[in-house]
Amino acid sequence: MIVAEQKPLDEIKTMLEGCKKVLAVGCGTCVTVCFAGGRREVGILSASLRMSTDLDGEAIAVEETTVQRQCEEEYIAPLEADLEEYDAVLSLGCGVGVQSLARQFPGKRILPALNTKFMGFPSEHGVWEERCQGCGNCVLHITGGVCPVSRCPKQLFNGPCGGSQDGICEVDPGTECAWHTICTNQLELGLFEEMMKVQPAKDWSTSRDGGHRRIVREDIRLPEIEKA
Amino acid sequence: MTTEAKEFEPEVVAFCCRHCAYSAADLAGGGRMTYPCAIKIVEMPCTGRANVLEILHAMENGADGVAVAGCLPGTCHYIKGNTHARQRVDHVSELLTKIGLEEMRVRMIHISAAMGAQFVAEVTNFVETIKDLGPSPLSRDTGNARVAPGSEHAGSKP
Ligand code: SF4
Ligand code: SF4
Repeated sequence: MIVAEQKPLDEIKTMLEGCKKVLAVGCGTCVTVCFAGGRREVGILSASLRMSTDLDGEAIAVEETTVQRQCEEEYIAPLEADLEEYDAVLSLGCGVGVQSLARQFPGKRILPALNTKFMGFPSEHGVWEERCQGCGNCVLHITGGVCPVSRCPKQLFNGPCGGSQDGICEVDPGTECAWHTICTNQLELGLFEEMMKVQPAKDWSTSRDGGHRRIVREDIRLPEIEKA
Repeated sequence: MTTEAKEFEPEVVAFCCRHCAYSAADLAGGGRMTYPCAIKIVEMPCTGRANVLEILHAMENGADGVAVAGCLPGTCHYIKGNTHARQRVDHVSELLTKIGLEEMRVRMIHISAAMGAQFVAEVTNFVETIKDLGPSPLSRDTGNARVAPGSEHAGSKP
């Protein structure tokens, strides 16, 4: 899932300066599961903003709604009906949600309430860890199911660096060395010999380095005539 | 304390677990003990049911303080409900500071069903703290609607 966390209240208040009425929009998918932008978090942030701006003497009316998914047009389109009355929309979606709203409602100020952090999973209740950077050319089949791109700070592809100590990464003592885990997993799978194959330099053009990315599926794309 | 402050009658919401604090309040009543009428008790099946949003809404709707009263540590009937409640109360304290309110306006209380007198002492102490702080500086009615009119057809779900 996409993992995000709320921006500091003061930063959000600064964004909203000059607004009288704002719609806070949550998202019922990834950010609900990571407790950053679901219905309840929308409620908590909205109440906090109402109270805080009231105390400042510049009360902002913050109203609330949560859609199933902010990143899909059909879920956000119905918001349009009431949008005129708001000075701005405060999105508690990930960056994709914010941009989907901005694309859907040009001319309306869409503001981000969250910082989108990474693609990851909850390793325990209340703890999320990064697991994938969307490099565009997955290597998990040769790395024992452990991603060296997102979990090794040096993004090494041919074994650990000299700083790997007892399974712990030298960059952060709170993190396990990805390569230690890769080797342990491959040993367990009886695939350690695979580790001896030298991996060529990774082609990063499929990653962010290749510029803005896009996937086109002609097999499911709607024909021009149907789009209209 | 000034005369003005003495006249201040606070509104304090107490979310009470039915297995302990709520029964303790009953016991106090049965024993003809009095506690401040500022306390407005909301019965809960367990303080694990109390969430951040409800505590904030109580504050927003005019409470001068909110207490969450659950079982003694380690004796929750649902094992960890009171532990979670304490975490949330701590979180609300931090939130209140960021919002601009005093963090002491919210308090976690641990009590057993047999502790009627202690219930009286705890809530009286909390009400005294709130009296010292004075009324919540929030406008009583900001007139803000909470849910946008379009929320239902916008795919809002629980
Ligand atoms: S190798 Fe690339 S695609 Fe695979 S998990 Fe790592 S970052 Fe994601
Ligand atoms: S210690 Fe391990 S995870 Fe850390 S940088 Fe070196 S190889 Fe990568």
